[in-house]
Order: sequence, then C-alpha cells, then structure tokens
Amino acid sequence: MSPPSAIDAATTGTIASAAQILEPSPAVLLRRRVFGHAGITIGATVLLVIFVVALLAPVLSPYDPLAQDLTQRVIPPVWHEAGTWAHPLGTDQFGRDYLSRLMYGARISLLIGFVAMLISGVIGTTLGVAAGYFGGRVDMVVNFIITTRLSMPVVLVALAVVSLVGNSLWIVIWVLGLLIWDRFAVVMRSSTQQVRNLDYVAAAKALGCSTVRILMSEIMPNIVNNLIVVATIEVAHAVLLEAALSFLGLGVQPPAPSWGLMVSEAKGMMFFDPWLIGIPGAALFAMVLSINLLGDGLRDVTAPENRN
Amino acid sequence: MLHYALKRLGVAILVALTVSMVTFSLLHLTGDPAMALAGESATEADIENIRHVYGYDRPFLVQYVSWLGNALRGDFGRSHYLKTEVASVIFKRLPTTMILGGCALGFALLLSIPLGVLAAIRPNTIVDRIALSIAVVGQALPSFWFALILIFWFGIEWRLLPITGTASWRNFIMPSVALGYYVTPAVMRLTRAGMLEVLASDYIRTARAKGLRPGVVLFKHALRNAIIPVVALAAVQFGFMLGGSIVIETIFAINGLGFLAWESIQRADLPMMQAIVLVLACFYIVLTFLADMLNAFLDPRIRVA
Repeated sequence: MSPPSAIDAATTGTIASAAQILEPSPAVLLRRRVFGHAGITIGATVLLVIFVVALLAPVLSPYDPLAQDLTQRVIPPVWHEAGTWAHPLGTDQFGRDYLSRLMYGARISLLIGFVAMLISGVIGTTLGVAAGYFGGRVDMVVNFIITTRLSMPVVLVALAVVSLVGNSLWIVIWVLGLLIWDRFAVVMRSSTQQVRNLDYVAAAKALGCSTVRILMSEIMPNIVNNLIVVATIEVAHAVLLEAALSFLGLGVQPPAPSWGLMVSEAKGMMFFDPWLIGIPGAALFAMVLSINLLGDGLRDVTAPENRN
Repeated sequence: MLHYALKRLGVAILVALTVSMVTFSLLHLTGDPAMALAGESATEADIENIRHVYGYDRPFLVQYVSWLGNALRGDFGRSHYLKTEVASVIFKRLPTTMILGGCALGFALLLSIPLGVLAAIRPNTIVDRIALSIAVVGQALPSFWFALILIFWFGIEWRLLPITGTASWRNFIMPSVALGYYVTPAVMRLTRAGMLEVLASDYIRTARAKGLRPGVVLFKHALRNAIIPVVALAAVQFGFMLGGSIVIETIFAINGLGFLAWESIQRADLPMMQAIVLVLACFYIVLTFLADMLNAFLDPRIRVA
C-alpha cells in the first residue's frame, strides 16, 4: 500500500473544486429557501407545537376537559392575583379546566380544518384540473359551477343546512368541505392551463399515454406546489368557519371544547372575566396565523411568480 | 361591447336560476319543513295536515316551479314564524345591512388603498413590511373575536361607543370596522400589486421624464390605472360582506338582513331562509356583473376574449 500520491490529492482537489463550481442541486436550494424564510420557520414551529399538543392532549392535559367542578368556578389564569398553578389558564363557569379544554379544542379545530380541506380539495382539484386540461365545454360548465358556488353566501348556507340536518362534528366537516372548494377549483384550473400546452405534455401525448396517465404523471406533479399552497390556506379558512359556526351555536355542540364555542359560552362574562374569551380567541388567532404564514411562505418559495 | 354584455347577462341569469334551485333543494331535502313547523308535540296526523295545507305534499319540482314563479313576481310567501309577507320583512331589513356593508367597505378602502399605495412606492422597505403584516394579521383574525375585543375596549373599558342597536351613526362604527377589516388584506394586496406593475410601465417613465411633479404622476397617472381592478374587487367583496354580515349583526344586535337570517334559522323559518339566501346571492350576481362590465368598459381587451 503506497501512501496517497500526489495524483490522488490532485484528483480529490479537482473534485472538490468542481463541486464548488457546480450550482447546488435544486433540492439543496429549495431547502435553503425554506429554512431561510422567516414566515415558514415561525409558522411551521407554532403549528408543530399546536399539532403535538393536540395529538398528546390526553397525556398533556392536567384534567378531563369535560369534568365540571362547581367548587372551582371561574378561577382566573395564573398571571392574575387570584390565579393558581392548579389551573394555569383558570377555569370556566362550570369549573372546567381551561388549559385542558384549550388542548382538546386544538384537536377539534385541526380535525375539522384538515378533513374539510381534504374533501374540498378533492372536489375542487377534480373540477379545476378537468376544466383546465380539457378546456372548451368542460371549462365552460366548471366555470359556471364555480360562479354559482361563489354567489351562495357560505356562512348562511352552512348555518341553514347544519340547522336543518342537525349538528354534529362530522356534519359540520362535510358541509364545510362541500362548500369551500372554490379556491381549489380556480387555482387548479389556471395552473393546469399554464402547463397543459408545454412540450412534455405534448411528448406524453405523442407517446400515446392515456389521459389519466398524462393528468396523473405529467400535469399533477407540476401543479402540486400551488395545490399545497391552496390547501394550507383552506385549512385556515375551514378552521375560521368552524369557529364562526360554533360561535353562532350551530357548529360543534356543547360540551365539546371547540374554541369558537368557548368564546361563545364566555361571551356573557366578558365584562368581568375578559380572559375567558381572550384565551380561546388568541389560540384560534395563533393557529390561523401560523397556517397562513406557512402557506404564504410556501408560495414565496415554490412559486414566487404568484406572489402579490 | 353589447355582445359581451348580453353574454354575461345571460350567464348571470342562468347562475341566479341555478342558485335558486340549489338553495330550494338544499333546504327542502335536508329537513322536513312540515315537521319543523309542527313542533315536537305534533301527531302524525297534524304533520300530514300541515304538509297538505302548505303544499309540501306536492311533487318537488311542482313546489319549486310555483315558488320560483311567485319569487319572480316578488312574492316569497309568508314567514312561518312572523306570519307576514317575507318580501316586506326583507325589504324593511335590507337598508340596515346595506348601510353596514357600505360603511364597512368604506372603512376597508380608506385603510387598504393608502396602505397599498405606500407599500408599492417603497417596496421591500419597513413600510411595505408593516403593510404586509397588517394584511397577514387581518386574514387570521376571527371576525367574531375581533368584534368582541372592540366591544370590550371601545364599548366597555373606555365607554366611547355604543355596543348594540342602530340608534345613531355611532352604532355603526364598531360593526363596520369588524366587518370591513376582513376584506382589507385582499384590497391592499391588489392595490400594491397593481401599483407596482403600473409604476414600472413606460408611460410612468415618460411622465416622470416630462418633469411632472411626483404627486401628479402618482395619483393622476399611476393610481388611476391601478385602481381599476380594485374597484371590481371591491364590488365583489361588498357582495361577500353582505353575506358575511350575519356574524357581525348577531354580535352587535343590528336589525339587518343577517340578524334576520340568524333568527329565521333559529326558528326553522324555511320561506324566510330561502328568500334571504336568494336575495343575497342575487346581490352578489348583480355586483359581479357590474364589476365585469366596468372592467370590460375600461379595458377593451377583455371584451374580445
């Protein structure tokens, strides 16, 4: 075995400098942009914390969110003079621990947000991609459906339907999912229009690929960036709508700890105990803000041309 | 232009008809109107009787056509709860919601257009960042929570503004802010994007090269062109706000259409719910139609497409 020769050293040296001269790979660039983006970092961190808390709520929460203790009613949070570490965020008018309710409330918000987004995503993407790819009559019909949907006032229709069908968590999810697909359809339609005439789609057509295959392996991978951005925005949208419905008494039903419902239940006591509406509202605000920051950030990073 | 207008008008009418059909079916198929009317203590015979008296036993399509025929003549039937003409109740409540929507839109435009212009003049500076964060925060603020916060500070702690009712113009301040704030981000972003695009164009450079004062260039040449899409967006947002005012009107006890809608939902007052949804939808359709026309009038390229 000879010691490393001068030639070896020269070769490695060349390789190293070649690597320096070469542009970093797109994946590395993307990763750099993602982690260098303040909005994404903050949004993802806050969202991750909320997600973990929601997931581990049964382990983390100090009390049963539904357990009432009428001897412990309306204890203020710990930063008040009368606060106690036994109930860090205090208790509500039924003596239920507010921190535990807040943790379980995150589960409800996230569940509704994600599932409603998935439902609306499937509907909206199908309509939008079909309209964008086929154009012509299909496009006309889809456009008409989108316009019709946009003219119906969402909150009002959701409230009316929920009140007639009866309200449960899953009915709220389905009603929201069936109502808020418009943005998916609009964005997917224009994104598909942008890529459908590109060369690689023409090449796939020339190779004789089936329409399904073209849509799945040529179109979809190239519009999935925009899909993810819309999906994040729609999670936030669904979370806000659920909170508004629950606030008006026609969303998630008591005693479930929905954040909107918590604000609604504490409404009458806000004059004396404003933190009762402050805490769940702030939680809602933080969740929606972090989702939006993440969505805006992803748009900046993956599709800067769509920034406005 | 006429051809384009007629085409758009036809689509608008078709959309209105579809909306009427969808809302009618939604509300009729998801609940049993006779059962809701009869109440919980009613017998099977009572329900059957109500079904017959109100015509709910007729085939679905017949019910829809007769309802639509009456609605086209301005007759939305009688409210199940109030026992009065639905149309007259709506007519009485509509102005309040329009005033609220108008004030909210006014507030939103007054806040967002200057911010958007400022952000566009100084892109990527601290001014731009502040404007952008206002937009981001605005989009995440739950309107009902924001309304309660306003009530808490301005109504209770500082006692500056009345918190419920419609007695004077001061009653409209908080609801307008709460309702209008939500549309501020969209208008601001569009103003900013439009201004950035216009400011980079050749005729602005020419105007500057001619030695026109910066203010004249900015407002007479740039803003005038950048504002076109904003006006169209504002019209559409106004339609959204009329629909979204249900939350705000309920919180501030404002006796408008939104509050009426909420009351009607609580009372399972089907004819009223149907009529309100249709009226709000028609407002939206008319507003988008007008926005389209405005856009086409100001930008001839759209007419050809």
